[in-house]
Amino acid sequence: MAVNPSSVPSVGGGRLMRVSPRGAGNGWKAALFMLPSWILLLVFFFVPIVLTFYFAFTNLSLTGTSSSAVTFVGFRNFASMFSDPTFRVSILRTITFLVFSAIIGQQVLGLLLAILMNERNRVFRSVVGVLVLAGWVTPEIVVAFIFYAFFSDQGTLNTVLGWLHQKPVAWLYTFPMTAVVVANIWHGTAFSMLVYQAALGDVPKEILESAEIDGAGRLQRLARVTLPIIKGSIATNVVLITLQTLGLFTLIYSLTGGGPGNKTETLPIYMYQQAFADYQLGYGTAISLILLVIGILASLLYMRMLKIDL
Amino acid sequence: MKKTRVVWSVVSTLALSGVVLAGCGTSGSGGGNKDNASANGNGNSGQQTITVAYQQFGKPPYYNAEWLEKAAKQFEKQHPGANVKLEPIQASENDFYTKIDLMMKSASTAPDVVTEDTFLINADGSAGYLQSLNGYVSHWSDWSKFSSAMKSGSTSNDGTVYGVPFSTDTRGLYYNVKIFKEAGLPVPWQPKNWNDILAAAKAIKAKVPGVVPLWIQVGKATGEATTMQTFEMLLYGTGDTLYDAKTNKWIVKSPGFLDSLKFIHDVYSQNLGPSLSQILNAQAGNTESQELMPQQKIGIALDGNWLPGNWLKSGPSPWPDGTKAYQLTAMPTQHGQAPGYTSMSGGWALSIAKKSSHKDLAWEFIKVATNKQNMEWYDVHQGNLSPREDIAADPKYQNAPGQFFKVATSFEKFTHFRPANSQYPSVSTQIQTAVESVATGSATPQAAMQQYANNVARIVGQSHTESK
Repeated sequence: MAVNPSSVPSVGGGRLMRVSPRGAGNGWKAALFMLPSWILLLVFFFVPIVLTFYFAFTNLSLTGTSSSAVTFVGFRNFASMFSDPTFRVSILRTITFLVFSAIIGQQVLGLLLAILMNERNRVFRSVVGVLVLAGWVTPEIVVAFIFYAFFSDQGTLNTVLGWLHQKPVAWLYTFPMTAVVVANIWHGTAFSMLVYQAALGDVPKEILESAEIDGAGRLQRLARVTLPIIKGSIATNVVLITLQTLGLFTLIYSLTGGGPGNKTETLPIYMYQQAFADYQLGYGTAISLILLVIGILASLLYMRMLKIDL
Repeated sequence: MKKTRVVWSVVSTLALSGVVLAGCGTSGSGGGNKDNASANGNGNSGQQTITVAYQQFGKPPYYNAEWLEKAAKQFEKQHPGANVKLEPIQASENDFYTKIDLMMKSASTAPDVVTEDTFLINADGSAGYLQSLNGYVSHWSDWSKFSSAMKSGSTSNDGTVYGVPFSTDTRGLYYNVKIFKEAGLPVPWQPKNWNDILAAAKAIKAKVPGVVPLWIQVGKATGEATTMQTFEMLLYGTGDTLYDAKTNKWIVKSPGFLDSLKFIHDVYSQNLGPSLSQILNAQAGNTESQELMPQQKIGIALDGNWLPGNWLKSGPSPWPDGTKAYQLTAMPTQHGQAPGYTSMSGGWALSIAKKSSHKDLAWEFIKVATNKQNMEWYDVHQGNLSPREDIAADPKYQNAPGQFFKVATSFEKFTHFRPANSQYPSVSTQIQTAVESVATGSATPQAAMQQYANNVARIVGQSHTESK
């Protein structure tokens, strides 16, 4: 060991001792190589997060006196948020949107598709798979345009209704929430489907077969065997799509702009309105913190419900 | 233990949404690639480039772009070595305001010259975005040619001049002669109070199917148009106002406020207005002036004097007979109380960004752009009233074809200006929220006013509000 004469002693300890100085050197080298990414993370991730917390407690605005002379206002932003009925309505709309489009829509539809595809031949799988995936790979803004073309006054849906001699409906104004929910299900189902396809592949055939031999029907096999086995995937999937849906902005904003009135104003839209349309950056930042809290609570709730550790 | 990891991943994922906001708080994004080299060239030698940011939206022609290009050419000829870079911002009005504010927050994105809506100018001035022009205008002989009312529109309460106004406007009622005759209504028409307007709209609805009886902007998407063309045209005809300049307080509840919302409720709940899908989007103004009015599908429209500019030969929707088919008349007060009519005036100004590094050159450019000849070209083409008195007195301007300059100028007798308060832009968006919620039926006028009062109290502070 010409490199390091001090590290000779006994075999077992020697290896450790020999490794540690070299390890220390590696540590420094590793740190050096990681430094750029740490700096990037610090500048673009950590600092903005800290600033987010700070601005949430100020009256920072985009224009006017409180833009140049920012003052600390304590919990005022949060206090007025909770006394603001628009905010409460907005939370309610966020939860409605989340439950119907993500948890019920994408989740259940994705699982259903995965199960159906699991038992079919390759042609069927690839055709359906491509169709569903098309929705997923389409950028949100394009999805919004597609659904605008579908739901608008002279859109596809009303044209088809016209052929059936039905009166046209102003879908985006009469059923705005339904419209954005449908659009988001179309856009996001593929993700759940992919997760469940992978999970179903891991369910051991033997267990399913023995359940079948024991006389379990299709539904029983699904409920008693398959679902418990893929519980972990369900939890991961629910958490992921919940977070995605909670933060969804582009689709709703470009489809309805949060309107009509505030009928589709979910929290991200409300946050944007307050920060960039109403010039109240501090208040908008405070709303983003609430969004964060909702995300954490929802995730903990899922894990408690599924009795699972991720 | 694993739960903590999940919590942290959730925290970091969602915090990203906040990051976007926080990032804008400090430096600001948006804007184009600004030529940084030019910002360094502070000396007198070499090329110097000034950027001019302005809004460009909807169908061409863009008269403001043509006007600024003209001025830029003249300016470059007069100032060898200086370049003007025009920076059009493709955005609706609300987005434009947000974008220029974000641009002016940082020296690397701030334009040198910017077009400012006078309603925002005080707010942007007190935010520290705009350069005081007092030192410049005091040595400018043309400044005395501007009407004093318009000068006050771009001057803050403490006397700081933040911009040189280049256009102003008034608002009134357009009515379609053909539709009125079919509905058995008198032509020329001069309503004496709000009821006359509603009665005419009802008559049109009953007798002329397939047309929108009364078009008034009520969407949040149409931004300041909803506040000014609709709500303030109503409110300032009730005797109540938005802001008490004596006590420096916002009047958040008043009988006039409630009656104005009730009028909007009456129009939309009785289907006297356009469908919500027509009115609640940023294109509503273009749908109105460039599509429905040329098709003679709107009975009455409450809008600004610039509207016929859309119908000029060079306009986005040429219609030579437009100013015969539609006539402009004054908006009456609520019950016809003195002075009988009402109007609102706003306008635009050229300002210099505080973070500009070529302020003197920028000022030279503004002088060229707002000289009599250039401004007259712009105001006549765009259909704006001119803030310069020497232009207003010019017969060529007064009798410009395809415009209602004479009638519209007569509204200046009873017109109102918006509160010159730096909080106005934030309050204005609350008005839009109230108006849209009443028009869509998601709130009663009473509830919408209460909501407005709460929101304004949050923004300006409870102690700066009062009820009447």
